[in-house]
Amino acid sequence: MSGMVEKRGISYWLTHVGLTSGVLVLFFPLWLAFVASTVTNQEVIHPPMPLWPGDQFLENYSRALIEGDSGQTSASVARMLFNTTVVATGIAVGKIVISFTSAFAIVFFRFPARNIFFWLIFLTLMLPVEVRILPTYEVVASFGLLNTYSGLIFPLIASATATFLFRQFFMTVPDEIVEAARIDGAKPMRFFIDILIPISRTNIAALFIIMFIYGWNQFLWPLLMTTDPSMNTVIMGVEQMIGGQDDVTPWPVVMAASIMAMLPPIIVVISMQKLFIRGLTDREK
Amino acid sequence: MEKRVYFKGWFLPALLIVPQLAITAIFFFYPAGTAIWWSLFNPDPFGLSTKFVGFANFDFLFSDPYYKESFYTTAIFSVLVTFFSMGLALFLAVLADRLIKGAGIYQTLLIWPYAVAPAIAGILWLFLFDTRTGLISWYLGLLGYDWNHLLNHNEAMGLVVAVSTWSRVSYNFLFFLAGLQAIPSTIIEAAAIDGARFWKRFWTIVFPLLSPMTFFLVVMNVVYAFFDTFGIIHTITKGGPGQSTTILVYKVYSDGFVGLDLGSSAAQSVILLIIVGILTILQFKFVEKKVHY
Repeated sequence: MSGMVEKRGISYWLTHVGLTSGVLVLFFPLWLAFVASTVTNQEVIHPPMPLWPGDQFLENYSRALIEGDSGQTSASVARMLFNTTVVATGIAVGKIVISFTSAFAIVFFRFPARNIFFWLIFLTLMLPVEVRILPTYEVVASFGLLNTYSGLIFPLIASATATFLFRQFFMTVPDEIVEAARIDGAKPMRFFIDILIPISRTNIAALFIIMFIYGWNQFLWPLLMTTDPSMNTVIMGVEQMIGGQDDVTPWPVVMAASIMAMLPPIIVVISMQKLFIRGLTDREK
Repeated sequence: MEKRVYFKGWFLPALLIVPQLAITAIFFFYPAGTAIWWSLFNPDPFGLSTKFVGFANFDFLFSDPYYKESFYTTAIFSVLVTFFSMGLALFLAVLADRLIKGAGIYQTLLIWPYAVAPAIAGILWLFLFDTRTGLISWYLGLLGYDWNHLLNHNEAMGLVVAVSTWSRVSYNFLFFLAGLQAIPSTIIEAAAIDGARFWKRFWTIVFPLLSPMTFFLVVMNVVYAFFDTFGIIHTITKGGPGQSTTILVYKVYSDGFVGLDLGSSAAQSVILLIIVGILTILQFKFVEKKVHY
């Protein structure tokens, strides 16, 4: 129903006022976080804090990047950003690879117990790691995977959302294409590499964006899994920089770290907006 | 729906499906099975002894006032988050959809909070409402209102609801906007020719057309409120004051990892499992019948 605004009357301006208010409310905490990351701690802890950036930008960001919260519990933000990149990429790639291949097997082959496999995988839909967190912790600990990238990655790819999406997409591949490939004597893996992967490119990319953000933003699992600060991911690491009730939180450094922690996924979402939205809203089709 | 044309053989497909099956078995079914197993026992945290207790863990939970309170808290919390984040998103989507030019810019400016981790969203808002140094709590103090979400139950609940709403609006906005843009303009024009005013058109024609999507979003938002808000609650209130913001998933965590009561925590996991199972079934019933615009 696009473009149904009547005239440039009062309702036109009210539309903009409404949307702009929404945008401002969403930006408000981000702006103050940015301001806080550019001033001294003294300016922050004696309210009201300034509303305009100060001159401590380099100071705070370099301190967060190199030292973290200096001498407390967490690693440097640079180290945590590196860990998070490895984990988020691992989750996205891992999930796409195992889901793509298993969906291929389920859709394009007939083999015994195929439906049982499908339902087993299907059962895992929507069930987040939080529900089975304690036993999963035990499993990972028994494999000696605490404080490892594998331990951070594998439990988070053990669900079938992506398999389900690929299955839905593969179902729409016309039988004629498969038939033609078979008549040409193409082996299944030729079909897989030469046809299926190329036609799935956009789906793969869209899923990559969503899984990367999902992996980047994990909180509880890394919090439990990584007792060694050098394995911290950035989201949990920033949370750990906040002092308890009686400690003083170094807010400017924490805010600099927060900004750096949220920037990569924000950049991914904004720069690949079309793909991201498609990937997201296609999920329910 | 089945494909008519397919490849033959069983070795290759088995090979292709093994990685996912193995990972799912080890990191999903085994832990989920363990949770069910533990829920019937009373394991001590050091693994020295376990005693079969049948459904005693469940009996205890259902007679435990704290658990009932947590259920109640979760219900209130998820209803409020779902209502506010969907209401606000629908309002913004309707406005953006009215624009001929500029909807894209607003979309860009409205979707980025989706990418912000709940825990980081919690930190951003905690900073503003910090009882000693927060900017908003300071201004509220000037107005004579003594903000303290560390002591006041309602303020704590209000804050975590507000932050969860803030972090969820983008998601709902994208879906509503996509839904609105998919409605054929001829339908709306017909109503406009009949002289129906904008909001009347909205409630009598547009909103009913959006109802499948609204239902889908209700389920997704309830699931979000149940689980994904963990980071927000952990950073802002840690489930307090008292138990006032201890939603079910937070209680699984605090009883299991902090209280080391494995039996109870496992029984709670099983109950959550059942709730999510029901929601998933609802969701798929809906997908089957879904109207594709």
